[in-house]
Amino acid sequence: MGALYVKNVVSGYAGKAVIRDVSFTAAEGEFIGIIGPNGAGKSTLMRTISRVLRPDSGSISIGSKDIFSMPQKDFARSVAFVSSDPAVVFPFTALEVVMMGRFPYIRMFGSESREDIEAVERAVAATDCGAVVSRPIDRLSAGERQRVLIAKALAQEPGLMLLDEPTSHLDISHQVQVLDILKGLSAGKITVIAVLHDLNLAAEYCDRLVLISGGAVRSTGTPAEVLDYRIIEEVYNTVVVVRENPVSGKPYVLLAPGSKKGGDRKVSSNK
Amino acid sequence: MKDIRNILEDRKKRSVKTAVILVSLLLAAAFISLYSGAAKIGLFEPLNVMSRQILYMRLFRIMLAVLVGGGLSVAGVILQGLLRNPLCEPYVLGISSGASVGAVLSIVLGAGGMFAGLGVLPLWAFAGAAVTFFAVYRTAEVSGRVPMQNLLLTGVIAGALLSSIVIFIVSFSQQDALHSIIWWLLGNLQIFDGGLLVFVAVMVVAGTAAAYIFSNELNAFALGEEEAAHIGVDTERMKMVLFLTASMITGAAVSAAGMIGFVGLIVPHFMRMVVGPDHKILIPSSFLAGGIFLLVCDTAARALMPPAEIPVGVITAVFGAPFFIRMLRKKSRL
Repeated sequence: MGALYVKNVVSGYAGKAVIRDVSFTAAEGEFIGIIGPNGAGKSTLMRTISRVLRPDSGSISIGSKDIFSMPQKDFARSVAFVSSDPAVVFPFTALEVVMMGRFPYIRMFGSESREDIEAVERAVAATDCGAVVSRPIDRLSAGERQRVLIAKALAQEPGLMLLDEPTSHLDISHQVQVLDILKGLSAGKITVIAVLHDLNLAAEYCDRLVLISGGAVRSTGTPAEVLDYRIIEEVYNTVVVVRENPVSGKPYVLLAPGSKKGGDRKVSSNK
Repeated sequence: MKDIRNILEDRKKRSVKTAVILVSLLLAAAFISLYSGAAKIGLFEPLNVMSRQILYMRLFRIMLAVLVGGGLSVAGVILQGLLRNPLCEPYVLGISSGASVGAVLSIVLGAGGMFAGLGVLPLWAFAGAAVTFFAVYRTAEVSGRVPMQNLLLTGVIAGALLSSIVIFIVSFSQQDALHSIIWWLLGNLQIFDGGLLVFVAVMVVAGTAAAYIFSNELNAFALGEEEAAHIGVDTERMKMVLFLTASMITGAAVSAAGMIGFVGLIVPHFMRMVVGPDHKILIPSSFLAGGIFLLVCDTAARALMPPAEIPVGVITAVFGAPFFIRMLRKKSRL
């Protein structure tokens, strides 16, 4: 139910393609990391999978259903999106925000049912935000807010969860906490697709990586396959060393300061 | 987890309590208002023809004050929620200026009398509001979507343009028309026309009910438009429905009572501080609180300097402006 098929997708803004011919699949319960340099088209890809943008060509389907032919509420019951840092303008409590995730289930005149409350309780427990439910969302720390927003997405009871840079404003302990939660979700058969900037965290947690560069898939596979130093140096235009984490056996990427590859190129192109 | 259920239970209890308090306050204010004013009518005095007439007039006026105050507050809640801007008010989309052009034209052209049981002036005003809404909405549309910023800017510009049209018409008006225009623009809640009162009641009650039905959608918009779409809100359709609802309420209120400021701005603000931002509670309580606020202001307008009457907009501003400034300062301190 949570398997995602992205086929030959071309998408962008006002007819100008930002991603060109992107294809990949995500099996049910897989944890996929989308990595790539700034401006590569990662967010455009996420916005297309979440139906904010309509692709110019290509198809996206969940199971056997084309996502663009699903009614809006059906789609919200199968796909949840956690954006990097939405501003909530009014002081809603964390619980009220999590409850908003039940929107696609609540009927027009109804209020929250027993199932709605149970789903919210499960979401709050899975993200460990029971302690903050009655506090206004704008008074929470970045880590707490991120967990509340994940809880809201979980309350949608989706088969597929999309996250755009879920760890970008967090310190290492909260990064690990959030990614542990996501790992737990994928173990529970929810497909997780997250844009991640930190290659080492991506390598540590994701089952597979999709490396996007210049609007196209440059490489896809296990972290060990994708985080090849030759590929990374070419895509990021930076000298790196790839080693193996002695604890987890996963690859990790080391930077070589002062070795920015663009440096030489600038000299050579300077006539 | 007992905790979450307790919180939801508590919230339910608290909203019932708020409703009871607000309804009692409203009834008390209506009662006091009924027996205050230039003509003194004792509570236990036997009614004669004259005093009965006066009480009827006051009753009409009380009902209009509650409908207009409640309606403008609900319209303010809707617009602040959709535009995610707590400084928005019902007049921000130029609807009220459109109504003014309609009203002023009907005065200048001498289009008095009745049509289909309603006074012609309010009909002209409502028509002006309706035309303005559709013109603004269509102008703001870009390839099937209406971006909020476009709508807000188009509304502000339309308002400025229409206000200058009002000034233009005023500058060419005769003495007696001028007096009617000024009085209309100042806002006045005295109503003699039962048909008009029914019309306003239908518009305001229907609009408030619609806003209440879509309170989950309004909550979702607080997260932003894309976020609302992500949890399953049909955002373009909802924007059309909710902007239309707010405009319908505003148009009806302004047609009957003229431009009364501050209600639609501060009541939503104040109630958000009291009951929180959840629209399921915010909408009904803002309706009641707006009704109370305008009724109290209008009673003060009648009772402070009898037999003269202070324009009610002056009173709402006198109460409203300091409150608003205090709130802003408090907010910026936090």
